[in-house]
This record gives sequence, structure tokens and C-alpha cells, in this order.
Amino acid sequence: MSNPIKAMSIEDRLAKISKSLDKRHKQEKQLKIAGITAITLAIGFLVVLMTNIFSNGYTALLQSEVRVNLEIPMDKLLGEDGQIDPQKSQAFNWSGLVKKSFRKGFPAVKGMSDQRMLNDLVSDNAGYELRLAIENDPTLINQTAFWVKTSDDLDMLLKGRINTALPEKLRRIKDNQLEWIKQLEQQEDLRKVFNSTFFTNADSREPESAGILGAVVGSAMALMVTIIIALPLAVMAAIYLEYFAPPGRLTDFIEVNINNLAAVPSIVFGLLGLAIFLGFFNMPRSAPLVGGMVLALMTLPTIIIATRASIRAVPTSIRDAALGVGASRMQAALDHVLPLAAPGILTGTIIGIAQALGETAPLIMIGMVAFIVDVPTSITDPATALPVQIFIWSDSAERAFYERSSLAIMVLLIFLISMNLLAVLLRKRFEKRW
Amino acid sequence: MIPSAITNIFSLTVVLFLTALIVFFIGKSYIVGLSQSQGVRPHSLRQYYGIYAAAWTFVPAILVLLMWTALTQPVLTRLSQTLLLEVYPDINGAMLQLRLAQLQNISTGLISAPDDTMQSIADAQANLRSNANDLKFVVSLLVAFAGAIFAIRQISPEQKARIKWEGFLRRTFFVAAVVAILTTIGIVSSLLFESIRFFSQYSMIDFFFGTHWSPLKAFSSSGGQSEIDGVTQGSFGMLPVMAGTLLVAFIAMMVAVPIGLFAAIYMAEFASARTRNIVKPTLEVLAGVPTVVYGFFAALTVGPFIRDLGLFAGLDISAQSALAAGGVMGIMIIPFISSLSDDVITAVPQSLRDGALGLGSTRGEMITKVVLPAAFPGLIGAFLLAISRAIGETMIVVMAAGVSAQLTINPLDSVTTVTVQIVMLLTGDTEFDSLKTLSAFALGITLFVMTLLLNISALSISRRMGGRYE
Repeated sequence: MSNPIKAMSIEDRLAKISKSLDKRHKQEKQLKIAGITAITLAIGFLVVLMTNIFSNGYTALLQSEVRVNLEIPMDKLLGEDGQIDPQKSQAFNWSGLVKKSFRKGFPAVKGMSDQRMLNDLVSDNAGYELRLAIENDPTLINQTAFWVKTSDDLDMLLKGRINTALPEKLRRIKDNQLEWIKQLEQQEDLRKVFNSTFFTNADSREPESAGILGAVVGSAMALMVTIIIALPLAVMAAIYLEYFAPPGRLTDFIEVNINNLAAVPSIVFGLLGLAIFLGFFNMPRSAPLVGGMVLALMTLPTIIIATRASIRAVPTSIRDAALGVGASRMQAALDHVLPLAAPGILTGTIIGIAQALGETAPLIMIGMVAFIVDVPTSITDPATALPVQIFIWSDSAERAFYERSSLAIMVLLIFLISMNLLAVLLRKRFEKRW
Repeated sequence: MIPSAITNIFSLTVVLFLTALIVFFIGKSYIVGLSQSQGVRPHSLRQYYGIYAAAWTFVPAILVLLMWTALTQPVLTRLSQTLLLEVYPDINGAMLQLRLAQLQNISTGLISAPDDTMQSIADAQANLRSNANDLKFVVSLLVAFAGAIFAIRQISPEQKARIKWEGFLRRTFFVAAVVAILTTIGIVSSLLFESIRFFSQYSMIDFFFGTHWSPLKAFSSSGGQSEIDGVTQGSFGMLPVMAGTLLVAFIAMMVAVPIGLFAAIYMAEFASARTRNIVKPTLEVLAGVPTVVYGFFAALTVGPFIRDLGLFAGLDISAQSALAAGGVMGIMIIPFISSLSDDVITAVPQSLRDGALGLGSTRGEMITKVVLPAAFPGLIGAFLLAISRAIGETMIVVMAAGVSAQLTINPLDSVTTVTVQIVMLLTGDTEFDSLKTLSAFALGITLFVMTLLLNISALSISRRMGGRYE
């Protein structure tokens, strides 16, 4: 059988080729377009994710406050020395004072249920926070107008997070409340201020009193433990594997283990912590100590792998020279190679720690998911961590917690970005080309 | 009684460290004196003698200290258990646990003792604890001094202090490397131990092949019940849970594989160096976002969005649909797949590309007919690793997927996954004996084995690929 192409004339052949060439080029173009679409989609997801979190979260930087005119009954607070008596102050019904004074602004509102709805506009913690403010600064006692926090529902309304066009039944702010709020707005009794509580408080049942300080401190403590355990172990293991491990089954087994541990789901490390640290060693539940230990075991393979890479990046001539002038193998490794590998080790450690900072599941397993209103003061105190706090808040029903967990995510992302930037800068600053 | 400010582990560590520092200088000046008086040059540099003595001071003492601290609580618990058993001879297991928890709470001042007997036991326990702390302080200091004296007596110019110190370091480094093995052993043994306890109470066949999963229900209608302490337990057939896990992972891969792969092809074969330098770090940002953030996004934005979309189209979609969880998980995995695939594609030797182009193929044909087939095993390895990631991923599904197990392949239904169940079963109460908590460990070992198999096969496939073009 003869080749059909050979039987064609030159012109026909060229025509056929150029026709198929078009098709072939079109295929290539399609592949290219698919690639560009894929990249655009991926970056688009990133943009949507970040915009979504930012647009939900930035309003949490502000907190609505309402002005309440009140007179503080001195006789019920002052002790014999003319100072505020803490015991009397504690016994005094501050919350009642705030709510009663607030209701005075609405003389027309009568009836239990209406009054309760009026009370619902002011934060339940307003009285407590007023007490703290006055105990802190007794000169405030003569003041008659105080700005106190609004309830989370009013806060959400003022931030435009409640759709007033919905039927009344579906809203958390009712029609009569809207009337009162209008009155407050006309009297200029509402304002928005910077939400400093968010950065100075630990968790709370009331969104307006809830903050991330407890979680940030908990995370910092856990990460300290992680660094203290993981970094020395990783450096020692890496030096052993690079310079001292005799080739053989045991060394191979260690390497296989390290590689596999790097891919074990994080929740399994949580199960390990639960069964061994809590179950067997009876360590305290919810403690940053245990959280840090679990995270250390989890990040150990990452740091070992990074350390080995940076040790290997140091040219062998350095080590050879050290050995040549009579250093022992240990001296060559510790005194000559290790300092040169240090920036790389540091970079790897920071990246590993950044991973650990975002990790949530293993901490939930060891009970760091509890509701804790105190900022932890030691690594054995019950605490929570920043990502876990985000998880807890996003599970809450209140709309205001949704906003706060978005802001907490922004804080977490800022921490992560700065850690990664630090790693990049370190790499740039100390990077050596041999 | 010694104040606890001194006996706590941190100050004790500092004390030991300072002691070791002093011993370091003693050892150093001691060898200088010895070598001068004997007129002999010492074997090692003089600081090695100091280090040698300091190590003997610090290391054994700190080991004793750590072990003591770790074992105090278990030993105390065991002791108070025997005390309780003496006072209440016919107490049963659950009551004993309750009493122990009570004791714990009394000792931390959370509650006051309900009666005199408990008070006396709590007092005895507190007494034991403070004695143990005092003893810990004394013993670790004694060990430190004994070590120091032993080491300094050993010091002589002939002694090979450096060799000994380096030998010690090498052994320590070895132990550090073995921690990786110990962690694996810890994981396997803890999972295995609790799972065996589970399977001693629950049939293995019912667990792996049962189609009904309702661990929390006091009563379940279909099969697999067992009675413990007179309470009817739920049923633990894991097939629906596994089906949910695979469904979510499948959806995730459907999102991540095409996007990740095409992005990798473009970056490896078409993109200019400048585009690469911008796009690669951007995709890495996607990889650096914590999973809890993706979970938040899936649960509060994507899930409701898909539900509303369904309402619009007249479909009744749960806000916790498998589609929402799987889709967002897919976004999370994109950078994982794209960077692994990128590595694999760039690892294909240039000679293959040159050959294909030299024969007149377009770049597109070169990629689809030569580069991708050459990279195929590596790509499969990357996908397997990604599946393993998807199966083990926890936060996204905990926040965005459902909790009730359904045997379905409809992506619009709400499903549950292995990791969701583990979290659900183990948060809240932790009485270790209930079938409910034990079943979480059985799920855990299933998850561990699955991901391990996926990782191992991924590694072996890419290793086979590695040798192909050398």
C-alpha cells in the first residue's frame, strides 16, 4: 500500500499540513488557556476568601456605646475612710443601676416585657464594666453621664448587620426597639469607639466583652513549649542523621519514620496526646504545656527535614577543612557547619512554628477547646489557642461572634504573614552563595 | 516543707544549671592545677574537663527531675486509689473514678470536701504531694552533687575528656533521632490499645461492615447493640462514615486536580520567569492559610450560599452539604497539588522535551504526548498524597460538614466524616471506658492506616519514577 501523502502534489501536502497545523496550534492554545484559567481561579479563590473575611471582620474593630445618665449613690459605696469600699462595691447592684438609669430616658415605656426589651439594648456586662472603671479611677464617681457598651444586637443593627426589611418575627431587634433606637440616635446618645476590649479581654459569653488576649497568650505559651522541645531535638536528630548515622536498617527506619510522620493527619497527634499525655501521664487537661508538646511532635519532622537541608547546603569544603586541621568530627559539625547552617535552620523553624500556630484539631483533642474567661498565667493553666478561639466563636449563634471570629482570623493571618515575612527576610539577609 | 517557689521544675532547673556552671569552672581550674603540678599536658583542651564535670552534674539530675515530675501524678493517683479502696472496700469502677476526680477537685480548691473521710484522704494526698516535692528537690540536688564529685575525682591529665563528651553527645543525638520512631510507636500503641479495648466489646465485622452509625443514641433500632453498665449503647457501623469521608475527598479532588494540574503545567512549561515569581508565592499563601479559616469560610459563607442557590433552583440543600465542605477542601489542596505536580513536571529531563520539539511537535503536543506521560507516575503519587491530606483534614469538615451519618453519594446531602466523628466523640466528657470514646480510637486507627498506606504507595510510585530517566 502506498503512502497517501506521498501520492499528493506538493501544494496539496502543504495545504493539508497547514490545516492540521492550525488544529495543533489551537490545541496548544487551549492548554495554555486552561492553565491561565486555573491560575486565575486559584488566585480568585484567595481574593474571595480574603475579601469575605475582611468585609465580615473589620467592623469588629468598632464597638457601639450608648450614653446613660446616672447618679452613683455614694453613700452605698464609700467606706468610713471616704474611699470606695471594695466589699460594698461588690455587693452593690451596678447592673441594676445602669439599666434603671437607662430606662429613665424612656418614661413612656411601661410594662415588664417592654422594659425587658429596653434593657436588652444595653450590654449585660455594662454594670460590671462600670464598676471596674470606677474602682480603677474613683474620680469618675462625680460624673453623671457614662458611655456604656450596647448589647450585641444593637451593635449589629448599628453596623448594618441586621436587615430591618425582614418581617419582625425573623429579626432580633423588634419594631418598638427600633423606635427607641431612633430616639437615642436623635439625642446623639449612640457612638462607635475603638473596640479595645477585643485585644485586652479573654473569652466571654457576651460578644461585646469577648476578646482574644487569652487565646493569644495561650497560643504563645504553647508555641514556646513547642520551640523549646522541637528545635533542639530536631537539630540533634538532623546532625546525627547527616554526620553520624551508620548506613543500615536502623537509619533507614528512622528516615522512613520521619517522612511518614510528616504526612500523618494532625488529628492523630491529638489522639496520641489524649491517650498518652492526658490518659497515661495524667497531665493537666486544656494546658498549653500539653498543647505545645503535641505540636512539637507534629512539627518535629518538618524542622528535621529543613535542618538537614540547610546542613547539606553548607559546602563540604568547610567540613573537610576543619577535619584537615585536626578538628574531631563533632567539632567540625558543631563549631563549623552548624553556625553556617543556623540561618537556614531558623527559617525552617519559623515556618514550622507558623504551621503549628494555625493548627487546631490536635488542640481540640487535648481539651484546649474549653470556655475560659481568664488569661492563662502559667503553662499548666487551662487555656485556649487563637485558632481554637476562632472555631469556638464561629460555632456560636450570635451574629456578633461571627464578626469577632472574622477579626480574630485577620489577627491570626497577620501573625502568620509576619512570621513568614520574617523567614523570607532572614533567608535574604543571611543567604550565602558558595 | 520547702516552699514550692523553689521546688517547681523551672527554678529547680535554674538551680541545677547554675550548679553545673560552677562545677564547669571548678573542673577547668582543677585540670589546670593538676597538669601544672604533674608537669603533664592534658589529653584534651581544658574546657572539655569543665564540660565533662558539668555534664555529670546537670544531666543525671535533670533526668531524675523530669522523671520524678512526670511520674508524680500517676503514682499519687495509684496511691489514692488504694487509699480509697481501703476506706470504701466495695466501690465499683465508675464510682472510684468519680471519687478520684473529686479528690483532684478538692486538691485544686475547686470544691470543698463533701465529708470527713474524703477530707482526710485529700489531706493525706496533699501531704504525700508536698513530701514528694520536697524529696524531689533533695534527691535531684543530691544526684547533682554526687555527679559532680564523681566527675571531678575522675579528672586527670590522662583522661580523655573530649572523647567521652563527644561520645555522650553522639548518643544523645541518636536518642533525638529515635524520637521519630518513638512517636510512631506512641501513635500506633495508643491507637491500637484503645481499639483493642473497643473490639473486645464490639464485633469487628459490625464495625467495619455495619451500615448504621449512631454512637450517641441511647437506643438504636438496627443491630449492633451491647449492654454496658445497664445502658444501651449506640451502634457503630462505620460504612456510612467512611462513605462520607470518601465523598468529601472525591469532591475535593474534583476541584483541586484540574485546577492544580493545569496551573502546574502552565507554570512549568509556558509561564515566564516573572509570572512564575509572582504566581508561585501567591499560591503558597493559599497553602499557608490555616484550615480553621477555610472551615469558617465553608461553614458560614459557602454552605449558606449553596443552600440559597438551591432554594433559588427549587432544591432543598442542607447548609452542611458535602459539596460545600468538599469544594472548600479542594481549594485548600490546590497549592499542594500544583506545587507537587510542578516539581514532578520540571523533573522530566530536558532532553525529552528537546527531542519532542526537534521532531516537529508543538509545545502542546510535547506536553501532552511526552512530558505528561513521563511525569505520570509522579503525578499519581502527588494525587495520592493529596487524597491522604483530604481524608485526614479535620477542621473544614468539623465546621462545615454534618454530624449524622448517611450512606449517600449525593453531594448535596449532608454527610459526616471519620475526623468529624473523632472530634465529636472525644470533646466533652472523657470517660475513657465508654464504648463511645473507644470507638473514636477505632476510627483513629482506621484513618491512620488509610493515610499511611496512601503515603507509602505515593512514595514508592514516585521513587520508581525517580529512577526512570537517570
